[in-house]
Amino acid sequence: MMRSNYWLFAVLVLAWVSALAFAAQKNGAPVTAPTTKTFVAAKHSLQQQDEGERVFQQNCSRCHASPEGFPPRISGTIVRHMRVRASLSRHDEEALLHFFNP
Amino acid sequence: MALYAPAHSSFGQDAPLISGGMGLFTDTNGGNTSYFPIIEPLLAAPLGMKVLVESRADLLESFSPKGAGQSGYNHSHFIGLNFLQGDYIATPNFTIVGGEFLIPFNTYNERLTPIWIGNFQDAPLIFPLGLLSSSSGLGGMARGNAIARNKYSISYSYFYSTRSGAEQFTSHRGTGGRVSFYLPEQRLEAGFSYDRLLQGTHENFYGAHVWWEPKNTAFRLRSEFGRGQHAEGYWVEADYRTLAFGGLNSAIGRIEPVFRIQQTFRLDTMASDGLPPENTERADFGLDYNLPHNARVFTSYARQFSSTGNQNVWETGIVYHFLFPAWKGKK
Repeated sequence: MMRSNYWLFAVLVLAWVSALAFAAQKNGAPVTAPTTKTFVAAKHSLQQQDEGERVFQQNCSRCHASPEGFPPRISGTIVRHMRVRASLSRHDEEALLHFFNP
Repeated sequence: MALYAPAHSSFGQDAPLISGGMGLFTDTNGGNTSYFPIIEPLLAAPLGMKVLVESRADLLESFSPKGAGQSGYNHSHFIGLNFLQGDYIATPNFTIVGGEFLIPFNTYNERLTPIWIGNFQDAPLIFPLGLLSSSSGLGGMARGNAIARNKYSISYSYFYSTRSGAEQFTSHRGTGGRVSFYLPEQRLEAGFSYDRLLQGTHENFYGAHVWWEPKNTAFRLRSEFGRGQHAEGYWVEADYRTLAFGGLNSAIGRIEPVFRIQQTFRLDTMASDGLPPENTERADFGLDYNLPHNARVFTSYARQFSSTGNQNVWETGIVYHFLFPAWKGKK
């Protein structure tokens, strides 16, 4: 009886891990090591993300806390509003837009 | 700069939005408590690639004790348009604003008047200085970033307002502007404002501000000085949230003590500028709590000193900040 319980447990764990791996593949998660090209692209994206966060800290959060989430459809409108209010440069505007839409 | 050479398009992210705050404030003065439910909606709608239409309004109800031995409350309501403006982004450094706009004198009027942003329920005592009686102008404004470098930036705004008696668009004739110098690495900003009332008795107003938010802290220091024809004054405000106990979103990190000290000085006996008729000092002690889901609780105690009498002011409030697309669009 005890032995059949172990088997049942093992099968459930295996099914769970398989389901996770399948879901990860469906979501486009990398199943092999990233190539140099994708690594550079990822690093570039992270740098843009950092830059956008810096712009947010230096301009937006001086007055207000960041809102807890909003639909991506209005991120461009928010950035344009901030551009006028906080006199953001074009560079800051683009970095902020990337920060909102990584 | 080359990193950002390919412009990141905002195509598909420009849906009009509705934002703002709704809340309830209370004010206890001399043992009498008044209640102020308020909604302050803001609309922002982009048109094409270079235009943005923005507007903000206040819808306020007021319930105040009748006093004089009578029980019950007096009730009144107020609806006011703060601004309704169109912004045309002509170049990266130059934006033209037309319509009814907040007067860019010092910082409080443009940055801290939204109920979901300001730390205290009450505006500083010198708030009316330089705002040409109505805090908004009707006309045009040029603004933008004159210089933007990694180490520093200089921004400017210049406005001209015409005289208007139209309901919701009341304004006075006047002109002026603001220049700000900002050091992003030090998070230090200093600026100077000037404007001139061009109707009735022409008057000049001068202002200066300093803001400082030390890097990697959640400490903010804000201050303003203002001087008009008949009075002058200043305020200094500090607020702090600790990062030490699990960050800003921890139970402790959401607590925000705030403090403001302010003084006004009367230069003559003509008290037509909205400032107290006597020299006044006031200290505000507040404790705000930033709840999850964009809600914020405000509590404060203020002691005001003047030759006409000292008074205590207790205030509490709760505000919810909302932000969503104006209509359902394409996913």
